[in-house]
Amino acid sequence: MSDKKDTRQSHIRNFSIIAHIDHGKSTLADRILEATQALTQREMKAQALDAMDLERERGITIKLNAVELNYKAPDGETYIFHLIDTPGHVDFSYEVSRSLAACEGALLVVDAAQGVEAQTLANVYLALENNLEIIPVINKVDLPNADPDRVKNEIEEVIGLDASEAVLASAKTGLGTDEILKQIIDKIPAPAGDPEAPLKALIFDSLYDAYRGVVVYIRVVEGTVRVGDKIKMMANGKTFEVLEVGVSTPKIENRDVLSVGDVGFLTASIKSVHDTQVGDTVTHADQPASEALPGYRRMNPMVYCGLYPIDTARYDDLREALGRLELNDSALQYEPETSEALGFGFRCGFLGLLHMDIVQERLEREFNIDLIATAPSVIYNVKLTDGSSVRVGNPSEMPERKFISEIEEPYVKATIMTPNDYVGAIMELCQRKRGEFQTMEYLDANRTNVIYDLPLSEIMYDFFDFLKSSTKGYASLDYEMDGYRTSDLLKMDILLNGEKVDALSVIVHQEFAYDRGKAIVEKLKELIPRQQFEVPIQAAIGQKIISRSTIKALRKNVLAKCYGGDVSRKRKLLEKQKEGKKRMKAVGSVEVPQEAFMAVFKMSHDD
Amino acid sequence: MTINHNAAKGAYIHIPFCDHICYYCDFNKVFMKNQPVDDYLDALSTEMNSYRANGLPETLYIGGGTPTALNEGQFERMFSDIDRYLMNPRVREFTVEANPESLTEEKLNIMKRHGVTRLSIGVQTFDDKLLQSIGRAHNASDAEYAVRLAQKHGFHNITLDLMFALPGQTEASLHESLDRALSLGTPHISIYSLQLEPKTIFFNRMKSGKLKLPGEDIEADMYGQIIFALEKYGLNQYEISNFSKPGYEGVHNSLYWQNEEYYGIGAGAHGYVNGVRYANAGPVKKYIERVHSVGHSRMSEHTVTSTEKMEEEMFLGLRLLKGVSVARFEEKFGKTIEQVYGAQINQLKEEGLLTERDGRILMTRKGVFLGNNVFEAFLIS
Repeated sequence: MSDKKDTRQSHIRNFSIIAHIDHGKSTLADRILEATQALTQREMKAQALDAMDLERERGITIKLNAVELNYKAPDGETYIFHLIDTPGHVDFSYEVSRSLAACEGALLVVDAAQGVEAQTLANVYLALENNLEIIPVINKVDLPNADPDRVKNEIEEVIGLDASEAVLASAKTGLGTDEILKQIIDKIPAPAGDPEAPLKALIFDSLYDAYRGVVVYIRVVEGTVRVGDKIKMMANGKTFEVLEVGVSTPKIENRDVLSVGDVGFLTASIKSVHDTQVGDTVTHADQPASEALPGYRRMNPMVYCGLYPIDTARYDDLREALGRLELNDSALQYEPETSEALGFGFRCGFLGLLHMDIVQERLEREFNIDLIATAPSVIYNVKLTDGSSVRVGNPSEMPERKFISEIEEPYVKATIMTPNDYVGAIMELCQRKRGEFQTMEYLDANRTNVIYDLPLSEIMYDFFDFLKSSTKGYASLDYEMDGYRTSDLLKMDILLNGEKVDALSVIVHQEFAYDRGKAIVEKLKELIPRQQFEVPIQAAIGQKIISRSTIKALRKNVLAKCYGGDVSRKRKLLEKQKEGKKRMKAVGSVEVPQEAFMAVFKMSHDD
Repeated sequence: MTINHNAAKGAYIHIPFCDHICYYCDFNKVFMKNQPVDDYLDALSTEMNSYRANGLPETLYIGGGTPTALNEGQFERMFSDIDRYLMNPRVREFTVEANPESLTEEKLNIMKRHGVTRLSIGVQTFDDKLLQSIGRAHNASDAEYAVRLAQKHGFHNITLDLMFALPGQTEASLHESLDRALSLGTPHISIYSLQLEPKTIFFNRMKSGKLKLPGEDIEADMYGQIIFALEKYGLNQYEISNFSKPGYEGVHNSLYWQNEEYYGIGAGAHGYVNGVRYANAGPVKKYIERVHSVGHSRMSEHTVTSTEKMEEEMFLGLRLLKGVSVARFEEKFGKTIEQVYGAQINQLKEEGLLTERDGRILMTRKGVFLGNNVFEAFLIS
């Protein structure tokens, strides 16, 4: 019995695929699914692992997914593969690290033309931290500009991996797939744990299902888990009774038991994903493991913004929608807030800007709620003159200056990988963004890692755009949080028609206040349509106006033509105009379009 | 003779052919060359005949495209068909659009013989450079010659079509055009601000950043000056874009604004008959084929709901400076205007865009400039 189990365990291979966006991760996953006949051709939708529409549209993976595949190897043995998908964006790097922790190995996919990118590098380091065996795969070798030898060199020099056996592949055509499967068997070790030990299962993802409650994706590290077991979440001590265990092949397949090395799911009438935090350890309630698996960390939002329904009557719908999203998104936080300008809404916390965009888009798309989002803000640590301190995630709530002794803001350590030619441009950019130079690493003859400490707020603002434009898109960025530092920050208010609009307040560095104020005022002038009266726009610090512009009064908009009796056309024009106004928010007596609230934040570099 | 209650008040007949395509034009039109013009005229006559049974219209309006782009034979044939199928002995107005370069003595004679009462001459501006830059084929003296020729042939009810807010147009150029137009002594002038419409040469130029438009402020200034100049001369503004001596208001176009019914005949023409608004097939060949096979070419038909009818009563009616009759509204819809639009009217009055006088709701001067804000408020469905 135990022999048989050992045999099974020795045939398990757990792995992830690490790749930069667009380097072909999903396509390679599809090839592996095909090779193991997990999906028939007819079932193959392109990129089977990306489940949500939004992901497919954006070409990025947000929700993790794991599949069990049976692979009949040429040596006659049948192996059990668990392929664990990882999200590909820096906002989700903690989730990436946990899904990597569920594996013994990883395929490192590098584009044969573009080479190693900063994002890839970051994930490779995560994989190395988790002691993963890494199999380099050089993808898209069939493309005309492919240069696999250069990329091999890069992998050796930059990452320090032996690339002599790197697989030359084309996930698109299927070239190299067999070799990849062979290396998975030969190089990635079978899981080590003891099936008789107390249960330790790592949670690497969870999602809420209306019928089954939370579906928890786990990797069993020690012991076994069966239907009927009483389990305990080690982070919060809550206990549940297991109703189902199983795997995805990628069809859902229920099992009686998951044992060491298995990667699958369990359900246990769990009501909220907040009880199933990624990185937490599942154990047995009556025979618990003595300690949890290492690496658990609560994910805290890094970025906050206010979300308000344009139609104030839809406040309850918005609350319900956020509640529904939260069921499935343990990183999303929200609490009610009130804005003088926008009415009732929610202050929401996100892991990063992409996470924020995705939530907004889902609210608008899946729940049909037209939203106004205020500019995102980081969390400031504000020390007051009375010795206390407050955390401020909404600029309009920044205390008055006279009560503040100092403001601290979050910093990140940013690693920018760039071709040598652009080092100068990047240093200039980082300097301009209040960066502090740390070091420079020469990766190979052509490329350098430039490492700066930067305020997170500057990275959020327009750093990516500038980085792309000043390096023709060649540089890539990765960053990690690096604590708080004192900065010379001020709250800047925006006044429309003489009235302060709280939703437009921003925190700016003293040195840039004047330029930012001017830029914001000009941008608002461009975005806010003419009204029936003149509307002054002002930027102010305290009582002091630092910039001013004016939207002229609307003077003529009447349709001239009668379109030869085409009344339906006239009607359509008027309906369109009316529809446009519905997407504006009346702030005082001024109609302000949605995008204006983001103007203080999103300004392209040609402004 | 039985009175047919289905008779539409007017008939619009569309001639989609042009010798030149103007850069701003988004009407249904095609280059005349190699077009099946005779087949088109056949189809027109079939369509006219089909509406004859509904009753004869009181106004006729031939628009385009360029009706005068037809050659004399085709021109004569079209009018004979109208005579046969739609001509009402008591016709109140029969307007034909004409372009200066193709308005010949022979065509004037044909129109006179067939009872045309009014000409609409597409002058646009008397600035030769501007005419060229908007793709017109005539120059200012061609226009003056054409108007005088028409007058010599007994056409005194003439309206000139002018444009303003053209790219590169200065106020000086506008005033010169107004002066030259007024000196021709026509009892009616229509003047439209340039509107950029998709699928025009101007629209494409604008998108590629190559079109410099005067902007809203200059446009508003020009509009104010136009109203002042024309009214001073005795041409009263009776609609957003229309000015006339008393008694010379366009009868046919007023049908649109008074929310009356009209036949739409020809490719891409719009009609409103028995409570149904419809559009004919636009492409010439498709139009011909469809008339040939089913006797008409109505492609989209929409039965106007009572709410829509009220909306249209307002957003069309308010284009007329005299506005909408409160009594007539109630008579037509069985509800008072106050019941349906009380809130909107009050709001617009507060904004200084609407007012009420002699039992009519009408736009203020500010309302005339900001008409879209007014019209929009009356959409409630």
